[in-house]
Amino acid sequence: MGATTTFMLNDEVVETDAPRGRLVLDFVRERRLTGTKEGCKEGDCGACAILVGALDGGRPRYELMTACLVPLGEMAGKHVVTVEGLNLTRSRQAGRRLSVVQEEMVHHGGTQCGYCTPGFIVAMTWYVIVTEGADLSREGMREAISGNLCRCTGYNAIERAADAILATVKAKGPPEGDRLPALVEAELLPSYFASIGDRLAEMSPEMSPAPPPAAPTPPTPLFLAGGTDLYVQRGAEIPGAPVRLLTADDVAAQYPRIRGIREEGPVLSLGALTTFTEFAEHEAVRRLVPRIDRFLWLIASRPIRNRATLGGNIVNASPIGDMTNLLLALGATLVLAEGDDRRDVALRDLYRGYKQLDKRPGELLVEIRLARETAHTLTNFEKVSKRKALDIASVCSGARFEREAGVLTHAAISMGGVGPTPKLLTRTGIFLQGKRLSPAVVGEALSIAAGEATPIDDVRGSARYKRLLARQLLLAHFTELFDEIDPLAHMGPELAAAQ
Amino acid sequence: MGPDATVRNKMPKPPPHIEAPLHVRGESEYVDDVAPPLGMLHAAVFYAPVAHGRIRRIDTGPALAHPEVAAVLTSSDIPGTNELGAIFLDEQSLADEMVHYIGQPIALVLATTVEAARAATHLIDCDIEPLPVVVDPRRAHDAGDFHGTPRTFRIGDVEAAWADCDVIVEGSCDIAGQEHLYLETNRARALPQEGGRITIASSTQSPYSVQRHVARVLGIPEHLVEVDVRRIGGGFGGKEDQATYWAVLAALGAYVTGRPVQLLLDRVDDLVMTGKRHPYEADFKLGLGADGRFIAYDVTLYQNSGATADLSPAVLERSLFHATNAYFFPHARIYAACCRTNLHPHTAFRGFGGPQSMFVVEAAITAAAERLGVAPWELQKKNLLRRGQPLPYGQTAEEDKAVETWVEAEETFDLAAWRARVDAFNANHRTEKKGLAVMPVVFGISFTKTHLNQASALVHVYTDGSVSVSNGGIEMGQGLTTNLATIVGAELGLDLDRVRIESTNTTRVANMSPSAASATTDLNGHAAIDACRKIRGRILQCVADETGRAAEDLSFRASQLYDGAHAVEEWDWPRAVTACYLRRVDLSAHGFYATPGLHFDVAKERGRPFAYHVYGTSVTEVTVDCLRGVYEVDTVKIVHNLGRSLNEVVDRGQIEGGLMQGIGWMTLEELAYGDDGRLLSRALSTYKAPDVYFAPDLEVKWLESERPAGPRGSKAVGEPPFMYGIGTYFAIRAAMRAFAPRPYAFDAPATPERVLLALHGHHVDQPSSQPQPQPAPAVRPASAPAE
Repeated sequence: MGATTTFMLNDEVVETDAPRGRLVLDFVRERRLTGTKEGCKEGDCGACAILVGALDGGRPRYELMTACLVPLGEMAGKHVVTVEGLNLTRSRQAGRRLSVVQEEMVHHGGTQCGYCTPGFIVAMTWYVIVTEGADLSREGMREAISGNLCRCTGYNAIERAADAILATVKAKGPPEGDRLPALVEAELLPSYFASIGDRLAEMSPEMSPAPPPAAPTPPTPLFLAGGTDLYVQRGAEIPGAPVRLLTADDVAAQYPRIRGIREEGPVLSLGALTTFTEFAEHEAVRRLVPRIDRFLWLIASRPIRNRATLGGNIVNASPIGDMTNLLLALGATLVLAEGDDRRDVALRDLYRGYKQLDKRPGELLVEIRLARETAHTLTNFEKVSKRKALDIASVCSGARFEREAGVLTHAAISMGGVGPTPKLLTRTGIFLQGKRLSPAVVGEALSIAAGEATPIDDVRGSARYKRLLARQLLLAHFTELFDEIDPLAHMGPELAAAQ
Repeated sequence: MGPDATVRNKMPKPPPHIEAPLHVRGESEYVDDVAPPLGMLHAAVFYAPVAHGRIRRIDTGPALAHPEVAAVLTSSDIPGTNELGAIFLDEQSLADEMVHYIGQPIALVLATTVEAARAATHLIDCDIEPLPVVVDPRRAHDAGDFHGTPRTFRIGDVEAAWADCDVIVEGSCDIAGQEHLYLETNRARALPQEGGRITIASSTQSPYSVQRHVARVLGIPEHLVEVDVRRIGGGFGGKEDQATYWAVLAALGAYVTGRPVQLLLDRVDDLVMTGKRHPYEADFKLGLGADGRFIAYDVTLYQNSGATADLSPAVLERSLFHATNAYFFPHARIYAACCRTNLHPHTAFRGFGGPQSMFVVEAAITAAAERLGVAPWELQKKNLLRRGQPLPYGQTAEEDKAVETWVEAEETFDLAAWRARVDAFNANHRTEKKGLAVMPVVFGISFTKTHLNQASALVHVYTDGSVSVSNGGIEMGQGLTTNLATIVGAELGLDLDRVRIESTNTTRVANMSPSAASATTDLNGHAAIDACRKIRGRILQCVADETGRAAEDLSFRASQLYDGAHAVEEWDWPRAVTACYLRRVDLSAHGFYATPGLHFDVAKERGRPFAYHVYGTSVTEVTVDCLRGVYEVDTVKIVHNLGRSLNEVVDRGQIEGGLMQGIGWMTLEELAYGDDGRLLSRALSTYKAPDVYFAPDLEVKWLESERPAGPRGSKAVGEPPFMYGIGTYFAIRAAMRAFAPRPYAFDAPATPERVLLALHGHHVDQPSSQPQPQPAPAVRPASAPAE
């Protein structure tokens, strides 16, 4: 608090001493940028989508975020773009021009009541400005707007608009050289974007240094990383609380390994601040979990994946944390540090009860370490939620097997949502180890797994359902990874006979 | 309004949505986007934390002591009457003695910031003696605890007809409600003005309801209350009656403090405090001849109405009207009751009770088909309603469109080949199965309360030729402003840029009906036509007098005067308007419309409640992953009956959006309540509505009617497409039966949990697992042999 935050808001430089934990959503609306709407304040509807640009190798690089989960303090030196900042002309009066994205949304009836529309405009614009022409695709556009809810259109008109946008952008030819001026030329962005790189560069060195470490830091500041869950749980208190933004440079100065992904011999080291997006896009991760893209769209929307961190997901300790369960099955070890004091804890040993961690309040999760893949590694992730994409799981499950010459030499199956913590199905794993898969072995494993599940009734499903899911998702792992497994053999004699 | 005028002026080419350019630039203003007035206070509601109880004591002192709190109001601060309600006066704006549901407002905190107002609600100390809670409508029914009295529609003699039936099936349904999920939560802003007047900006579908109730609660005449609505960020029925509470509370705060007050519900509060689509339970009995003809249908509908009546009796009435959907039954008895429970008062939602009773009849038909071993569509098609056949409330079908849309769908979409593809897929896939369902819809247009079928409009023409139109309808995304501008442009012969549709304002248009019942364009469009024709007549007469031409030969097209087919070069619209002004001709007119020919006798439950019906048929294909219990809606193809579309983009948007809401209701959208009446799915992280990935491939084909009664030959389109979504449920069921042909229960929505437990629940019900009370059985016999 009290520190000044300087950043670009659309085409203006803004300097503010508002609390650093204040939400960007509230801040921009107070400045009469009311196109950014509040729909849920928990990152589930996308009505408050914004772009956040930062210099990356001298050029501005934009990410899509929901302003309801982003702290103001983190915007220092960055470019925040609201829907108004995408308008080709500033005037509200007649003669307004529409960008290509806006024009097609109008033309195809992609907007009805209009409340969610600015969020869609921002997300669609983001997609066309960050994607190379050759890579533009329907699927990519879908993914970009997957975090935006619309209750009026049923999405079909929005998809028709999206197709038209893609066609127009492709027809205009891929922007050559420096992208931003080309995008301005193509009427996708207003003219001020052409010089935004220079303006950000001017601002970064002297005008917005990383804020000095807050004066006398209280004994247990609130650690805030991506904020995607913390703001939902404690949104009311954060703006006034002593917050330590883990994304600030002073944290990385103290704990350099908190950022970045490193391949170190047989070990893959993941900085705790690695976002889901960074994790999924990294070569080494993709080798270990080849089908990561298939799992990722189940896990969160793009704006959330851009913010949510691996470390945050683990420390948040939700029993149904998707990434945590994946990392648990992969066999993660954690590095916790407090100053120079550091220690290793296996992820499977971290949780002592519901939201109870083997972690001191001042201790920070710095690094997550995984064993890299061998020639025999097989990985899978399963998740069932009410809505297939972008929903919180009823039950999710990760699996890592090592199979040599038909024998399972290693079997680790995690299960989220079937107990108070993310859970490794230890008994199932031990049972499978050293075995060849046969219908009898699979059948036995399924009943052991169902027995290991100790779920409760809650809004995500009845205990009976979740116990059944534990069984079915293990069967799904087997079906996905091992061709010889016939799932129908494990669905009851009536079905086996009926087929 | 003869058809002559329709022919005379060609329709101007409408824009896809007249407000869309504002929306995409983030410039459209909703209630709290308008710059706040100086000194505005923010309000937050303290609500009942228990579902039933007696208030022993309220201590607002600790909240009042909060430094940013200006006032805390309770029922004793209400200057007028504390009784409100759309149908019965059984609600209170702030509870004084008893509370009947979790979320019922008890006190209003006013503070200088919204954060402080919300924080201070937690400081209120309220002691409530808990009383027994009822959440089950059947229990309320057994206790005789109703809103209003149960009603019965009858046709033929159902009791005698069972003897003629060769097959009889019986079963029951449990149908959950649905959250509206308008993206803009409820909100209102009230400004006190001189002389005790108060102006309110409200996100409401019913400005007159707000005006009427504010006047009651403040104890002032209605003419001191002005309600203004530019647009709302989605309504779907959720703001038809339930926006009123929040506007009344904001007005009360403004009245008491003398300062502007804004009340904005955050998402969680909106979910907890406001009612939803009604959950229904139902028992059905269907009798058929050996040839598959329907002979007799008996249904009992238990509407879970919630704690107060709200619009429940009217919703119930539409359940009665649509209980036989698109089919003819010679004998039927339809009984329905509004059962009072300790839940938030359930309310209007697109379809308004129609979807629930249509679901039940489709369930009955499906049960019969499964018993007979035939596909449901064989029974559906055989029994479609034909022109001249009576519905159980006396009105006869005036068109043959139920059959025509069905046949069109069958042919255009090549249903036979489609079925073969699905069968082939199922033969080739072991754990993935496809299902197909056909869903015909017949939906009546008009408010079922006949007196609501009236509307007014006020049209001004200024001397520069620009036109201002006020009407009684609310723009909520459905395209009303676009339709009205199109209608006015066509009536006056103007380009659309001369026409502005104003905000909806109770001082300009009095006694308006809510924007609901799919009838907003119908009613307000006709009223605007009436006003336009008055003005047009005067202007043409004036020009005739000026130019010595015959008024009846004159018209405007694209703002140019025509004498017959010839343009009169020197006379364009602005010149004509100026000439009228100089001749002191009135350039303003009030228009009025009352739908003709409507009547309904509640004592006899007979009449002609609807101006016309809208018809359509949809076909839905889904794929169920029978290993995981999850599914995808692959394709929906629709033949929809319209009049002459005022705007194809708008109409298509209504069909697609309505369908998607219907699909959501039948699948993902699950309102979970505890036995204590607490809503468990109270955030968007737990209440899941369809996202872009859930949208099916969609094809819509129009089938036009010959002489539709809507303005300029159109037909209403808002609600009927919702019910196409019901097909999704039965397609999922068909896929499940392709995997394991069992008599699954007819409980909706078909959540992944229900699907998986129905398919595989037996795996976790082995005696080895510890015994525990089971929730609703996954598999329940739907059809039992008749006596």
